[in-house]
Amino acid sequence: MTDLKSYKNIWVFAEIDQINKTLKSVSLELLSAAKKLAGELNCKTAVVIIGQENKKFFDEFSKYGADIIYNIEDVSFTHYDTQNYFQILFALTKKYKPEAILFPSTYIGRDLAPRLASRLSCGLTADCTALSSKDANLVQSRPAFGGNIMADIICPNTRPQMATVRANILPKIILDIPTKPQIIEEHFKAIPSKVRLIKTKEDKRSEILKPEEADIVISIGRGVKNKETFSLIKEIAGKLGAALGATRPVIEEGLLPKNHQIGQSGVTVKPKIYISFGISGALQHTVGMNNSDLIISVNKDDKAPIFNLCQYGFVGDVEQIVPKILQAINKLK
Amino acid sequence: MNIIICLKQVPDTAKVKMNPDGTLIRTGVPSILNPYDHFALATALEIKKQTGAKIKVLSMGPSQASKVLRLALALGADEGYLLSDKAFAGSDTWATAYALSCAIKKISPFDLILCGQMAIDGDTAQTGPEIAGQLNIPQITFCSNIEEVSPKTLTVKKLIDGGHQILEITLPALITLTTPHNFVFPYPSFTDIFKAQEKPLFTWTAQDVNADINKLGLKGSPTRVAKIYPPVQKQKGAVKTLSADDTALEIIKILQAQKVIK
Repeated sequence: MTDLKSYKNIWVFAEIDQINKTLKSVSLELLSAAKKLAGELNCKTAVVIIGQENKKFFDEFSKYGADIIYNIEDVSFTHYDTQNYFQILFALTKKYKPEAILFPSTYIGRDLAPRLASRLSCGLTADCTALSSKDANLVQSRPAFGGNIMADIICPNTRPQMATVRANILPKIILDIPTKPQIIEEHFKAIPSKVRLIKTKEDKRSEILKPEEADIVISIGRGVKNKETFSLIKEIAGKLGAALGATRPVIEEGLLPKNHQIGQSGVTVKPKIYISFGISGALQHTVGMNNSDLIISVNKDDKAPIFNLCQYGFVGDVEQIVPKILQAINKLK
Repeated sequence: MNIIICLKQVPDTAKVKMNPDGTLIRTGVPSILNPYDHFALATALEIKKQTGAKIKVLSMGPSQASKVLRLALALGADEGYLLSDKAFAGSDTWATAYALSCAIKKISPFDLILCGQMAIDGDTAQTGPEIAGQLNIPQITFCSNIEEVSPKTLTVKKLIDGGHQILEITLPALITLTTPHNFVFPYPSFTDIFKAQEKPLFTWTAQDVNADINKLGLKGSPTRVAKIYPPVQKQKGAVKTLSADDTALEIIKILQAQKVIK
């Protein structure tokens, strides 16, 4: 039986982008969540960072509430490698016994966390959208069944409790007074990996704004049938400084690149304003946008499920309404 | 080359309907082969064409899950294995990966294990890498393509945030695959389905694969579902039917109130 009481502190795995080597913003979202949980569970927060020249990120960690930074720096850890990162986290976990470890729900987090969980015989909850605590357990909330239901998951008998957490959902909270984190340097020798990186290639960037980074997102669904209407929507987006998003069928038709797909198999967005044109609101899509602050929807079917979650719904023909919106905006300027 | 593919029978989540109170209507939802696994199978069949690899398909579930194994056999897999036992019921990803890895040890030797990146009913993407962890073999997850196959190594294209990587992995290894959007899933002909009836399909219990009963099912699962509930719906606003002109004006007013435009 695991002595649960010997495990303490909430850890965050800080992820470095593999292309531009910046700190992924989700790492700070996780740190803010860890800070809140650590307050509730009366323990400390710690960041684990593996890479090269990590110190430039330490200021950020202190602004968002890190009490401890475990720093693992070596030129051989510049690129993510499952085996090497796993052996480091496995050793650190055995040595310091964290109560919980939060990973970003990214390609890296979702590769590393299950590997670690399987070897530690620990529970792991995938792609969480909320975290809280109850009776000294971490309560991990996640959508399941294609977003049709929510489930709260706990790991009452094993430690550490592990979760991957979706980006762009939890708030980043800057502290009034930054922490003065204790920095613990840990040294590891790279093991020869069975996986060799041949090359890393950046996908062609679309010139348009990324939906997950924009304050306003205008999304289109299959109700936008006319290419003409689509180009007018693009123009509106340009004038409002909005990013474009789309449902999966629209992406499959090739109107927008894949990184503009919003929903279960695409990105999750949480803009201040989300405007949808011709989207009926299948759950596959809405799980990716229902956290938006304000939702405006136009659809010709008054029974479309999207109208159940928007604050302003308009029944009507997108093809007719879109040109009028553009005209009205042009008149104002 | 010996390839093992892990397959899961799943409810077609795209066809799930909800009761007005937000609970799931579970009856009448068709069961399908998890689409990501279907792509993994198609990928393995391509490798079989090139190299003459032997393909063994493995699934865990109730007896009706043998349907997806029969489908795989009809499409060209050589042998099927179904793990079916009450002891497996309620397994989370850790316990599932443990049970599957016990079966894989019994099916051994293997060069390559292929899994879909995730199942559409759970969306965890954990079972694949957890199997690799249990077996202590290298893994690459979220691969969009297998570029090159040689007897000792595999070259794959893997998705990363904002791009992709080309990686080479030493076999034996486990790869999880994502599905391209334009992918047309292969289905067998009636003749193939008929012929596949002759192919071997084994059903194994926990004891058959020497699994420790304490590591299976609810008892062996570190995670517990504490609560299931419908997703929170936002406060619903008014839905208006107006002329195109008035709709446009209303939207402009909202954007002005939000200070997006003046």
